[in-house]
Amino acid sequence: MVPFLEMHNISKTFPGVKALNHVDLKLYAGEVHAIAGENGAGKSTLMKIMTGVFKADPGGTISIEGEPVEIRDPIHARSLGISIIYQELSMVENLNIAENIFLGNEPLNRAGFVDYRRMNAKASQVLAQLDLDIDPKTKVSELSIGQKQMIEIAKAISYDSRIIVMDEPTASLSQHETETLINLIHALRARNIGIVYISHRLEEIFEIADHVTILRDGVSVDSLKIEAVTRDILVRKMVDRELSELYGDHHSHATDTVVLSTRNLTLKRPSLHGARVRDIQFDLHKGEILGFFGLIGSGRTEIMEMIFGIREYTGHIRINDRPADIRDPGTAIRLGIGFVTEDRKGQGLVLDMTVRENFSLTHLKQYCSATFINSAKEGARCEDFVKTLGIKTPSIEQKVVNLSGGNQQKVAIAKWVARRPQILIVDEPTRGIDVGAKAEVHALLEELASQGMAIIVVSSDLPEIIAISDRVIVIKEGRIGGILSREEAGEEQIMQVATG
Amino acid sequence: MSVADSSANPMPAKARRGRTIWSSFIKIRELNVLAALLVIGALISFATPYFLTVDNLMGVSRSFSLTAIMAIGMVLVIITGGIDLSVGSVMGLASLITALCFDQGMSMPVAISAGLGVGVVFGGFNGVLITVIGLPPFIATLGTLSIGRGMMYMITHGVPLTPDVPDAFVEIGQGYLGVIPIPVVLLIVLTVIFSIIMRQTRFGRHVYATGGNEHAARLSGVKTDRIKLYVYMLSGLISAFAGVISFSRYLSAEPASGFGAELNVIAAAAIGGASLAGGIGSVEGAVIGAALAGIIANGVVLMNIDTYAQQAITGAVIIIAVSLDVLRTKFRR
Repeated sequence: MVPFLEMHNISKTFPGVKALNHVDLKLYAGEVHAIAGENGAGKSTLMKIMTGVFKADPGGTISIEGEPVEIRDPIHARSLGISIIYQELSMVENLNIAENIFLGNEPLNRAGFVDYRRMNAKASQVLAQLDLDIDPKTKVSELSIGQKQMIEIAKAISYDSRIIVMDEPTASLSQHETETLINLIHALRARNIGIVYISHRLEEIFEIADHVTILRDGVSVDSLKIEAVTRDILVRKMVDRELSELYGDHHSHATDTVVLSTRNLTLKRPSLHGARVRDIQFDLHKGEILGFFGLIGSGRTEIMEMIFGIREYTGHIRINDRPADIRDPGTAIRLGIGFVTEDRKGQGLVLDMTVRENFSLTHLKQYCSATFINSAKEGARCEDFVKTLGIKTPSIEQKVVNLSGGNQQKVAIAKWVARRPQILIVDEPTRGIDVGAKAEVHALLEELASQGMAIIVVSSDLPEIIAISDRVIVIKEGRIGGILSREEAGEEQIMQVATG
Repeated sequence: MSVADSSANPMPAKARRGRTIWSSFIKIRELNVLAALLVIGALISFATPYFLTVDNLMGVSRSFSLTAIMAIGMVLVIITGGIDLSVGSVMGLASLITALCFDQGMSMPVAISAGLGVGVVFGGFNGVLITVIGLPPFIATLGTLSIGRGMMYMITHGVPLTPDVPDAFVEIGQGYLGVIPIPVVLLIVLTVIFSIIMRQTRFGRHVYATGGNEHAARLSGVKTDRIKLYVYMLSGLISAFAGVISFSRYLSAEPASGFGAELNVIAAAAIGGASLAGGIGSVEGAVIGAALAGIIANGVVLMNIDTYAQQAITGAVIIIAVSLDVLRTKFRR
């Protein structure tokens, strides 16, 4: 049987990184094909090549029903029958369902105006095919996240897609919505549509996939019928690797002094898309590095945002054994908390400001007499940090927008470290930065812990969490799934808790 | 990443070390406008001998000084990512209230304070609408623009107010320090003060951070709402100050005084390199921008060009100046 889509010898090189290395993939009509792998294994890159967002390096070929094709862009991919549903849904909230389904593809009447009657009728047809009982004139903003996903699928069907790629489709769905989605995927398979299914949740893969391809570090490790794999085999194939010497030896500096403790911490107003974080209860000790691991959408970041006063919470936070009422970031900062955010460009740095100005923003007062900034003092301190952290910048007067990702991250960390917070929260400290810089950031965090700082590291990078944490808290669907000691915290154990 | 590292450092080695007084004091963006100012000034002085005389230059400076003073407040607002459309109304109303106080026989300090108070109240009101209620600055200040203008017509019933004022008051708008008109002296003083505030103080730094990335600034502990409230109050106060000067200069508070001034003021800030997206701009730039527009207006008159063309020429200058800026950043990427 000829596969509907065949990708052969696909490689993709980004500056300094080989994201994909000679990967093969065969997709058949009427098959659910799961792609498994850790973050950074190359899953999204492969999907982006399949849907025309990226071009593969020369030497790779893509063929559809045996015919070689060159996929120019996402619209071309769609016309070839390949659609993708991204984790972040892309719909116009203020338009209704029918308008969204036919956006850019509206049926017109003879005068050239949109033929709403035909559009609504066609939309109803597509929705009926999916057994969705919704009026196509409903505004998208009124739908739940799960329903929106269904509409995205309806849109894909309206294009006569032969392959639908779903990237972490259940990450933000409730149990019930997940079941509906799985039923829908079965129905699509019965209509001979091929599904590419990317998910961290292994039980889902076993429930719906016919075939699974495992990627690791840009290489296709194996491609197997689902009957031929067990959960243990799958996990081992996903994570098996030498924990590189890069991480070095770990020394714990944790003491018995509790600096931060939370009781029944619950998110007051969970967003429609986000996890419903509840009953978070843990202690953080002076000198400890506490790792937080969880899948995307599990609610790890929301927990940190509650502690830093960005999100409202119920429950109790105690700092230095005193009750703390944290209503805004200013309060959190005064209580000695620092927060290096996950999204350094959106929340961490003012890109048009210089290294010096970004660095001092958290503790400008330290350089001021009256209200005037002592630039010499500010500059000297900043130079110190640039040297110690090895920030590569032509000068401290360079705008941070011109720095590489790793160096931006170091600036984002430096601005908090310089303030000497008692508690430092770092969310995805090494996302998108190269291996060398990663090791330096880890060394820095350990150094700070040895000086008595209490550090929370949130990461979806398993080897990182294991290498630097004294304890690991695993978050699963908005709750603490387990607290593992350093001895218990192996990759497989953590994955079992996070996905089990 | 190593590739990204090397390409991310476009600055040549020399420029890194040589952070000269010039480049630290006036950033490159302002130099562009300053260069444009000199070039256009030179062109006009070739075309007409009347331009490059002390009398003419002082006259020009005095005529753009009010716009330039208001541009100082405006650029602060623009740097936070906002806009203040109410400056013309506030200026007019402040001049009217000052006149009204003199009309009622009040003393000079009271009259001036009352005028300035108008600015603080309007600016504070703008700030509250924007930070507490969450109105977009464009809408909030559009509303106060109309309110201010409406109040002026209600108070004057369309008739200008020309009270008697003390001689000392007349000096503010009409006097000279040596050859320099007092409004120009005030402009220079304000420029220096606010330039220092924006460069050397915590407040100034926080203004830039708020406009550059409000979210990041807030998470770094900057009280962004308070900063925004302050800049609108300052913009109101400065516009009211311009109103007091204006009344002193003409000694007549017209109901249409300051009408449409907001457009010239915003144009000055934009010509001077301020980005309406926030985070970028400078006090000196805005003042030079106002000077550029003023000199062009003067040149049009001196060269006997149809004065009706003046507005069109100013418009073209705005578009050219800002286009050059945009293209420059585009090609740098």
